[in-house]
Amino acid sequence: MSAPAAIALPVEACDYRTQCEPVRARFERLKARDVALRVEGLGKVFRNAEGAETVALRGIDLVTHRREFLCVVGPSGCGKSTFVRILAGLETKSSGTVSVGGVPVSGPGADRGMVFQGYTLFPWLTVKRNVAFGLEENGESRHVAEREAAQWLALIGLERFADAYPHQLSGGMKQRVAIARALAMRPRILLMDEPFSALDTQSRARMQAYLIEIWRKIDITIVFITHDLDEAVTLADRILVLKAHPGEVEELIEVPVPRPRHPGQSLTPEFRATRARLDALIHPSEAEADGPADLGGLDMVTRMASVGDEVE
Amino acid sequence: MRAPQPRRPSDGDAAPVEAVAPLPPVATASPVAGRARRSWIGVARPLTRRRYGALTLLSFLLPLGLWAAVSYLPFLWHPLVEVTNPGDVAWMEPGMRVPRAAFSEEVAAAQGTASPEGRPANPVYLPAPHEVAVAFWTALTAPPPQRDTIWLPASLWHSIQIIVWGFTISSVVGVPLGVLCGAQPTIARLTEPVIEFVRYLPAPAFGALMVAILGIYDGPKIAIIVIGTFFQQVLVIANTTRRVDPLLVEAALTMGSRNLRLIRRVIVPAVLPQIYRDQRILLGWAWTYLIVAELIGTSSGITFFITQQARYQHFDNVYAAILVIGLVGIATDIALALIGRRLFPYVMGEA
Repeated sequence: MSAPAAIALPVEACDYRTQCEPVRARFERLKARDVALRVEGLGKVFRNAEGAETVALRGIDLVTHRREFLCVVGPSGCGKSTFVRILAGLETKSSGTVSVGGVPVSGPGADRGMVFQGYTLFPWLTVKRNVAFGLEENGESRHVAEREAAQWLALIGLERFADAYPHQLSGGMKQRVAIARALAMRPRILLMDEPFSALDTQSRARMQAYLIEIWRKIDITIVFITHDLDEAVTLADRILVLKAHPGEVEELIEVPVPRPRHPGQSLTPEFRATRARLDALIHPSEAEADGPADLGGLDMVTRMASVGDEVE
Repeated sequence: MRAPQPRRPSDGDAAPVEAVAPLPPVATASPVAGRARRSWIGVARPLTRRRYGALTLLSFLLPLGLWAAVSYLPFLWHPLVEVTNPGDVAWMEPGMRVPRAAFSEEVAAAQGTASPEGRPANPVYLPAPHEVAVAFWTALTAPPPQRDTIWLPASLWHSIQIIVWGFTISSVVGVPLGVLCGAQPTIARLTEPVIEFVRYLPAPAFGALMVAILGIYDGPKIAIIVIGTFFQQVLVIANTTRRVDPLLVEAALTMGSRNLRLIRRVIVPAVLPQIYRDQRILLGWAWTYLIVAELIGTSSGITFFITQQARYQHFDNVYAAILVIGLVGIATDIALALIGRRLFPYVMGEA
């Protein structure tokens, strides 16, 4: 995969659907792989105590292939968290089917690992025992589980912290351990619900690089929920865009940014075109989102400062 | 920066663009705004170590000082006169405490005869601190003067045994049931309403019943403590368990934990520090039931000691015994708190 091919594209003609040759070839290879996750006609209706119904998700269809990196974005209230929780089996669905590797999903299972937005490491266990937890729950002896956990910690570069407790780690380190803990069970799919949203910008960029690195080395399909559009374009092969009220598929975007990804790509035309398309889908127009902008121009606030004491 | 004085002619160079309404300048509108007013109430900050210790000491010294003042300053309270020399008053004896009015009446009436002498005194039920201290020390070290009375350490030991048995029996059933209620709504709904009802039945009311069932010795006393503790315990532990971080439970579910294993390996460890703290509080409640429990059937333990000493008007001993209960209680609590800090090092900032 070479960057020059991308740069050769004329800027004005750059459509987010235009893919350079290596990217197109990659998507072809990707789609030839086995189906990892199949979602058909998925719907979710919440019923509150008074019996009023809210449609959270409606008619979601999606197919992802093995080792794909899928991001899910959408405006707040589009049900993206509900979507990933249904995939995890933590939430029931109202209609449709979800199958992972051909097996229908009914409740949480070891074939789907999950990393949550908040920190969910068990505070009473050391880092190593946290990673070993899932293995022990699935019948491994403590000894075997801990040995395997040590290997996972080496993979994420935290073997020095094996005997530390979670409260001694930074936020980014906690999420790295959470990823290792989910991966240690050898799931087919790793579900991630805004895992880096609590981190500061720099740790987030570092964590994105880590995640890509892990994803490249391990046979895993990732479904990654985020509200950060740059993050979605940086990470994803394809981006599932949902719209709100009710949550339906707006578009499934194939990201034309070539791999391997690096931070400099955020200025390339493909990246900006994709980002612009996401912006257009998610924030159709600022005026509509914030109510009528025409409030009489700039004179809508009564002056309360002295005349002549101007700041601009 | 210019002073916020609006509408000086020099300010607006052309026709001054006035504010919509002539608002007073900000600085004079709220004269308090600039001055920092200290608030005594706010987000609580931890005290410095020295201040923490000093205030703790003071919280004990203040009531002690009040007690000492009332006891040792003759002009504070002292409604009675302790007779030192009855003189010729027939009905007085040395050591007798009589109301001040009655005493001065006798003094006035003693025309020619020897008038009685005495000193201001408090009622017998309020001994001075040093008397209690002496009683405390003798009660703990020396065997009792009368043969039919029991020794304070022995009675205290008996009481502690009752408490430990009652609390253990209650906890063995109450804690698991509470955790189960907290973790499973169906079980909670099936048990909690009736427990909520029984909780309001006063435990001492079961005294006679327990004596009929369990005899007159320690059985009914332990039973009263169990009844007094158990129902509260189930509800308190259930509520604590319900506060488990749902994310931890969900994370465990996605890793394949189920049912009892989920309870044992995730829910219980997650709430154990809080359950431990609940147990410390519940143990305090068990002590309050002890006094009633020990009056049931044959009186025993520290309560027997107290009632017996009160009957002999040895109120210094009564206070000594009450103090012993307080000291045992607070010592247990401090010990448990220290143990808790060792057991749950990952719970930061919690005693």
